[in-house]
Amino acid sequence: MGKSKISVIIAREFAIRVKKKSFILTTLLTPILFAALMVVPGLIAAYSEEDEARKIAVVDNSGVVMPYMQSDSQVEFCQIVGATVEELKEGFNNLDYFAVVGISAMDSSKNVSVVTYSKKQLNMDIKGRISRNVEEAVEQHKLQGYGIPQLEEIMEDIESDVKLSTYTLDESGEEKVSKVEIFMVIGYIASFLIYMFIFMFGSMVMRSVIEEKTTRIIEVIVSSVKPFQIMMGKIIGVASVALTQFLIWIVFTMLIVTVAGQALGLNEAAQTMSSVSSEVPVAEITSAMQDDGDSLLQALKDVNYVQIIGCFIIYFVLGYLLYSSMFAAVGAAVDNEADTQQLILPITMPLIVGLFLMLHTFQYPDSALSFWGSVIPFTSPMVMMARIAYGVPAWELALSIGVLVLTFVGMAYLSGRIYRVGILMYGKKPGWKEIWKWLKY
Amino acid sequence: MEIITCKDITKKFGNYTALNSVSLSIPKGEIFGLLGPNGAGKTTLIRIINQISLPDSGELLFDGRPVKLSDVEQIGYLPEERGLYKKMKVGEQAIYLAKLKGMTTAQATKELKEWFVKFGIQGWWDKKVEEFSKGMAQKIQFITTVMHKPKLLILDEPFSGFDPVNVNLIRKEILALKEAGTTIILSTHNMESVEELCDSIALINKSNLVVTGKVDDIRRQYGNNHVEVIYRGLEPISLALAPVELVSDGDYKGNRRAVLDVKPGATSAQILGELIKGNDIVSYQELIPRMNDIFIKLVTNN
Repeated sequence: MGKSKISVIIAREFAIRVKKKSFILTTLLTPILFAALMVVPGLIAAYSEEDEARKIAVVDNSGVVMPYMQSDSQVEFCQIVGATVEELKEGFNNLDYFAVVGISAMDSSKNVSVVTYSKKQLNMDIKGRISRNVEEAVEQHKLQGYGIPQLEEIMEDIESDVKLSTYTLDESGEEKVSKVEIFMVIGYIASFLIYMFIFMFGSMVMRSVIEEKTTRIIEVIVSSVKPFQIMMGKIIGVASVALTQFLIWIVFTMLIVTVAGQALGLNEAAQTMSSVSSEVPVAEITSAMQDDGDSLLQALKDVNYVQIIGCFIIYFVLGYLLYSSMFAAVGAAVDNEADTQQLILPITMPLIVGLFLMLHTFQYPDSALSFWGSVIPFTSPMVMMARIAYGVPAWELALSIGVLVLTFVGMAYLSGRIYRVGILMYGKKPGWKEIWKWLKY
Repeated sequence: MEIITCKDITKKFGNYTALNSVSLSIPKGEIFGLLGPNGAGKTTLIRIINQISLPDSGELLFDGRPVKLSDVEQIGYLPEERGLYKKMKVGEQAIYLAKLKGMTTAQATKELKEWFVKFGIQGWWDKKVEEFSKGMAQKIQFITTVMHKPKLLILDEPFSGFDPVNVNLIRKEILALKEAGTTIILSTHNMESVEELCDSIALINKSNLVVTGKVDDIRRQYGNNHVEVIYRGLEPISLALAPVELVSDGDYKGNRRAVLDVKPGATSAQILGELIKGNDIVSYQELIPRMNDIFIKLVTNN
């Protein structure tokens, strides 16, 4: 009898949430958002590549800047000799230039000033490029003015030194560097999502317990079903809502990305990205892809998605189970949501500590702190997710999951005892002493 | 035959004793009043019968054998503080509660439809409880308590929140359920409905059972064995050889009324036989105290 009743409770908890408009909206709209995040940067990249380079006229009165104005596929700087900026400005409509750049002659302190004229507002990229190029030219010119012997070798020497130091920080070669970055991004997103979802779905359980208590329906229900079954039914019901939502998100995102990708001729990009799964922020990947190209794509393919998604689900479910039973106990102890603040502190504190430990873990995935953070059950769901992408020995994973399961069982027992007494107590707001006594009733 | 038997049931919360060795039996097919002032331990006892909480010591028998977990399906419980899910539709909600009592969806739907017709509320099925007044919600609650045809009904202040028309409706349904063989535990502070509805009662005060038994027996037991005689005339009553002592005598609504203390062992036939000789008697009745007076007397004496 017990089993069928807990399933009746799970079914209700699931149905009332899944039927809600807000659930349907977030479940359906989020994949569109995810997909947009994946597809739009690709679209932008694809369309901007087709554009012809914009021609920008440069009148260089200083005589030193022009060699530093670097053209590429997007911008082409054309030096105009024998015409003033004023003349070009007046004839702008007849000329095929996007903008006119006037560079003044050098003043006494060897500085120049720059004016630009254009029909349309210059974008940040072009503006930045012009000022960087001009600054570099002026600096170089000034440096040369000091007449330092072997200046070029010195400059080269300095530059390569700087480069070298950035690589030593990351320990190994370029390919590895980009891999670590992608691992960080995946781990960060995964553990942040776990933190967020534990909070979100845990407080959903708490609010639902409070609702049953304030409407007083709990006394009727508790005369049919054991309190522990009610609590577990609620926790499992909400968990199945969460998992349903994840599943729909993943499937829909992949579907939209594939369909939209094919429709827009972004076949290859879409395929890579759908294999990345929804946990990866695509804006970062696309921008990174443009920078690093093939090695990064290779790195993305090397990531063990099955392991990461598997672990994500295991740690989300276990972490959620652990925390939601605590949320349920707090909900049972109070009469209304406003009273939860003091009692909820022992729940939010470890969650937030877990979040900070996770940030530490990205830099030091193998430190003692990271290790213990990924074993202690209250922080392990977040911290272990941060470590997983770097590779974690199987025994550590087993230990971490084992400890989490055992703690959940213990916590569910304790929470059940608090819940059982709390749901039938009204009136005064209980303190810690009170709740401690309930454990022994 | 008893449906519920409590043997020396004790329940403590920390240092506080909520029930102190309470023993009572609830006969099958009766309406059993569970009385007591606020905080006496009634709710604790009801929760123990419902298996919401377990007694620290003592034994609870259901239908003559130790209680089982599945017995809760034979019980319908309407708590004093009651409510429903505000955002859930009435029909869905009632079916949910019925399933928790072990019914199938089909059974519950059929049973509910009948009750909705009986109460004239067919149009409520798809409405949410938040649209209802308190009285309307109480009707739904009553239905959800009885729809699984429990052997034992526990009604805690079932009439509160109802207007007189609906009080009558609920009272009729309670009596009909009794006719059909349901045992009903009625917990209430309204002593008039106890006198009217209950066959037996138990009075609990400060965690202890004060008295339990048939309502009529208890009323007699706590009466002081007085009789009331109304008679026509202007003269004081003539007692002749009646085995009584005069307590009071005076005018009463155009007639006269005398209260007499009956001597031990005397019968009404003996008394009336003597009184009828010298008085024009209109009515003669035993003066049994109201439940209200017994309640107050027992609770304040303790």
